[in-house]
Amino acid sequence: MIHASLKQLAAALTARRISSVELATLFLDRIERLNPKLNAFITVDRDKTLEMARAADALRAAGSGQVAPLNGIPLAHKDIFCTEGWLTTCGSKILSNFVSPYDAHVVAQLKLAGMVTLGKCNMDEFAMGSSNETSWFGPVKNPWNTALVPGGSSGGSAAAVAARLAPVATGTDTGGSIRQPAALCGLTGLKPTYGVVSRYGMIAFASSLDQAGPMARSAEDCALLLNAMAGFDARDSTSLERAAEDYARDLDKPLNGLRIGLPTEFFAEGMSADVRTAVEAALDEYRKLGAVTVEVSLPNSGLSVPAYYVIAPAEASSNLSRFDGVRYGYRAPEYGDLTDMYAKSRAQGFGAEVKRRILIGTYVLSHGYYDAYYLQAQKIRRLIANDFVEAFKHCDVIMGPTSPTVAFAFGAKSADPVQMYLSDIYTISTNLAGLPGMSIPCGLGAGGLPVGLQIVGNYFAEAQMLNVAHRFQQATDWHLRTAGLCE
Amino acid sequence: MSLNPDEVRRITRLARIELSPAEVEQTMDQLNAVFGLIEQLKAADTIGIQPMAHAVDVSQRLREDRVTETDRHIDFQKIAPDTEAGLYLVPKVIE
Repeated sequence: MIHASLKQLAAALTARRISSVELATLFLDRIERLNPKLNAFITVDRDKTLEMARAADALRAAGSGQVAPLNGIPLAHKDIFCTEGWLTTCGSKILSNFVSPYDAHVVAQLKLAGMVTLGKCNMDEFAMGSSNETSWFGPVKNPWNTALVPGGSSGGSAAAVAARLAPVATGTDTGGSIRQPAALCGLTGLKPTYGVVSRYGMIAFASSLDQAGPMARSAEDCALLLNAMAGFDARDSTSLERAAEDYARDLDKPLNGLRIGLPTEFFAEGMSADVRTAVEAALDEYRKLGAVTVEVSLPNSGLSVPAYYVIAPAEASSNLSRFDGVRYGYRAPEYGDLTDMYAKSRAQGFGAEVKRRILIGTYVLSHGYYDAYYLQAQKIRRLIANDFVEAFKHCDVIMGPTSPTVAFAFGAKSADPVQMYLSDIYTISTNLAGLPGMSIPCGLGAGGLPVGLQIVGNYFAEAQMLNVAHRFQQATDWHLRTAGLCE
Repeated sequence: MSLNPDEVRRITRLARIELSPAEVEQTMDQLNAVFGLIEQLKAADTIGIQPMAHAVDVSQRLREDRVTETDRHIDFQKIAPDTEAGLYLVPKVIE
């Protein structure tokens, strides 16, 4: 049952082969047993989970017509989503006592769908990190090898699903935070087009880049979870008013004639040999499935990391100004005047990486530097987005590696912020352009560790990307390989 | 470009984050490494390029001017560090 897909779980629940309470208990027991090894969850609350499961069972038993397709299926939420009555920390000391008084839109939608919350997943503090080492609650371990990082920032969500502590999980992606941990933990993860999923109640990091999405074992599961997550929400001013779509509608379409664009820049130096081998083997598989590959160019992609490290910190410095020890969260125990209270609460409440990014953002937005940094970065953002527009004239989807390497060891990059930032070299440009991106397992690299294939689609091409991923997963079994901890 | 300790102290004041003298030195080195990366932007030719502020070009929606939120100040203040009579307490600002 722990390896079952969402479809199989739904069928088992519908046929009354298992109840939601039994299913939730199965996963809660696994969390209790395995989480001490992984640190994937910050908060687990058995009573609350079982209460939701009982409600889902009651709804089904009432039998008055149809229940929602995911009713009674458990999932885990990244701890960036405000969850009413649950501790919501964003991986930070400054929110270590924050019990949310309201639900994020995503949380409310999934509740409405009858899904059962198993707990809140660990993450890099305020989603700022690519290894989960910046969490105030300690790093998450990769279920494939607990001496290695799971990736970040949605590392807890990734580890939880990879170790079968949850069937699926929510994640968020500002520069690669769904795709990179999905790649490093052997999962399928999707960052939708900016504006498809509401950001209401999702603790803001960089508002023009942040987007929530599903993390799962297969493209099919991602499609079903995205169906429940997406939708217009007036409370997010950037939420897009679009007709609802079924993201699973095209899963089985044949790939004959599909044009896959391979950006020269993504296949240049920088990618490790094992990742290259796996990605190229995946492309061969796609050719067998009827796709053709064409070379495309994203000439400004080399500037995506520096542009991102102006734009994201600038937005973060503004968003994180709300954490001041006045209305919620941590307040320093001793202080002098009001300014001192702010400065001490923030100094003690934020970790080193968060402080670093706030300071970068403060500097690039400060008087005399705005044009040279922030405005210039926004112009480069336009160039990067234009590159994609040009590339999509010649192809339907773009493919390349998700991450330059497989999972790395704890401490390997944490002392050097710039090295860590380069972990997201292939994923960041998608966020800058607002395009949808996903990662699917496409092979095993050094140490038998999973390699991720990145698929970037045009705006609102999620259903097509899921189709492209699903057909690959019908023809291969990389997504079925499991971490050692699973049994 | 490269930040000096005075500039680091100025930014920490603007950001309302207290740093100890030892942290200033260490933070300066790390920020300068990041600014080394960011410097690459300056070489790019962006003459005539419109800045892109947002991922998707949409205009701000307007809504009807009516009350949509209910008063939940009791719930919200329950999680505040210090309140009294419906107010948030902070150190005295004006003597």
